Amino acid sequence: MQLVLEKRAERSTLIAVTSPLIAVALTLITFAILFAIMGKNPIEALYVYFIEPLTDPFTLQEIAVKATPLVMIAVGLALCYIANIWNIGAEGQFIVGAVCGSWLAVRTNGTDVGPWLLPVMLLLGAIGGALYGLIPAICRVYFGASEILTSLMLVYIANLGLDYMVRGPWRDPQGLNFPTTAAFDPAASIGTLFEGTGRLHAGSIIALFVVMLIAVLLGRTLMGFQIRLVGAAPRAARFSGFNADRLVLFSFAVSGALAGLAGIIEVAGPIGHLDPGVPSGYGFTAIIVAFLGRLNPIGILIAGLFLALTFIGGEGAQISLKVPLDLTKVFQGILLFYVLACDSMIVYRIRLLRTQKRVVPVHA
Amino acid sequence: MLETLSNIFHLIFSESFILTVVTASTPLLLASSGELVVERSGVLNLGVEGMMIVGAACGFAGTFWSGSTLVGALCGILAGAMLSAIFGILTLGLAVNQVATGLALTIFGVGLSGLIGAQFVGERIVPAAHLYLPVLTGIPGIGRIVFGEDPFVYVSIALIIGIWLFLYRTRAGLVLRAVGDNHASAHALGYPVLRLRMLAVLFGGACAGLAGAYLPLAYTPFFIPGMTSGRGWIALALVVFASWRPGRLVVGAYLFGAVSILGLALQPLQLGIPQQVMNMLPYLATVVVLVLISRTRGTAGSAAPASLGMVFVPDR
Repeated sequence: MQLVLEKRAERSTLIAVTSPLIAVALTLITFAILFAIMGKNPIEALYVYFIEPLTDPFTLQEIAVKATPLVMIAVGLALCYIANIWNIGAEGQFIVGAVCGSWLAVRTNGTDVGPWLLPVMLLLGAIGGALYGLIPAICRVYFGASEILTSLMLVYIANLGLDYMVRGPWRDPQGLNFPTTAAFDPAASIGTLFEGTGRLHAGSIIALFVVMLIAVLLGRTLMGFQIRLVGAAPRAARFSGFNADRLVLFSFAVSGALAGLAGIIEVAGPIGHLDPGVPSGYGFTAIIVAFLGRLNPIGILIAGLFLALTFIGGEGAQISLKVPLDLTKVFQGILLFYVLACDSMIVYRIRLLRTQKRVVPVHA
Repeated sequence: MLETLSNIFHLIFSESFILTVVTASTPLLLASSGELVVERSGVLNLGVEGMMIVGAACGFAGTFWSGSTLVGALCGILAGAMLSAIFGILTLGLAVNQVATGLALTIFGVGLSGLIGAQFVGERIVPAAHLYLPVLTGIPGIGRIVFGEDPFVYVSIALIIGIWLFLYRTRAGLVLRAVGDNHASAHALGYPVLRLRMLAVLFGGACAGLAGAYLPLAYTPFFIPGMTSGRGWIALALVVFASWRPGRLVVGAYLFGAVSILGLALQPLQLGIPQQVMNMLPYLATVVVLVLISRTRGTAGSAAPASLGMVFVPDR
């Protein structure tokens, strides 16, 4: 007997809809087994991870706070991935956005400059992220260099650049020698929405707006059509005269801008200053979010909230179950494996073949 | 100015600098050797970084508990191969996109290594012993460089020579290259495309695991989370740099090894360049080299295996 993969005659609509749910269910089962092996009660562990954060208004807000950058970055990445463009350097674009926006906050620290400050910071963040995202795009379009490797290398460069800025020129003189900028002025910060109950901030509303914007872009515009066509049928797209190079530049610029915007929102919102700990892997987790959301903006919104839940649940589990924080990353990695495997089942199916003597067909 | 240049010159040709270059280059060479075979079979495994970092954690664990470098190295090899098996099952068995799966493998590996390695942070092991040959190792200038390295260095050189012989001097190597260049034709000729690719993927994983294990076993005698710091990605770039050829891979690995420690080596000279900028060098160099290499080659005359990264589901 032998298992073989076989192409379905048609895409399975049923699996296309349920694949993320199946993947999540399989991940939960895997994790329950893993917890049992580690000697923890699996039911209790799953409760701590996935239910407990939902029972408290403060942690509910925390989930939205975590989901905000994840969703914003992931919808941008989805744009790229649909068109088979591999931007995996969102973490770098996030950092550069945070740094560019912070430049203004640092320069104007302690002065009263007016209400334009915060909007301009956000704009600078988006521009910085877009320009940084354009580097791998230009390297690919004009020189043919793989955008996968260049965009990733730029993450390390951005990280070191951030480290230099906060240890060097922007270090807070009153910061007791810690590598951090001074805390941003209230005018340069995104306030919380419900004072005193949690950290939910206006950035989450921007994220919702971005989701709608990208949904419209993908579903209702010519650019969105081109992106989907290039991904689904690159040859057809070439014959119809679409400019694939322009698409690469466009998707990188948009996803870079969104990652950069997410970066400055994170710094001006929940964090409130710039330090080397600002990049915390959102750019990489967003890759999982994009795939779990099946590269669909609304799906990504749900997937982002779910991944945020695992972060908050993981923090809770670290305290109450004494499991390491890295378990969350392992969980997310396993989830991505299952998501990809389930997605494959939309197009293929597995069949069990009974081993039999091969009959050689005789043709005249 | 002239004095600074002469200082740099002296430093670069000093015995200690060359010795560090060799240690910095060896993990790059090991990881990229494995990936070269994988890519020659037509598979793009972007999970090198993930396999390396798990190899580092498991390698450290092996040596920490057994006290033997060999056991640690074997643990690293096994860990890398097991991780690559996940990749193989998904991409070859279930025809999942290779780029996405490779990324997943790296994300998973980074988490897993943190999980395994957390208990070892702050612990130390005895680093791998260096070769010592009477008389030969004592030759001034080149003795220690040629006859006084750690065992991994010799393994990495033997490995790449073995890969060259396999690819260009054996029938199996020829078949492997055929599979990478045109999987449909290879399949039509009756070669087991998926089985060969699986073996290549496992070999690549083993090499990446060994490369990762090298870091805590010989490079620094302790484990730090994220200690591979992008070496797996640089190894991937090296395969492109080498145009998928073993000979050029050696040159590339040593070149990048040298660039990656240049920042640290130049630190005592007080050049007035921020340390962070110096540390950017290997990553900047990778981008620049990729751009230059891809530019001169163009897309038409690409040296990449023609089926690289493509999904293959055999007809029955």
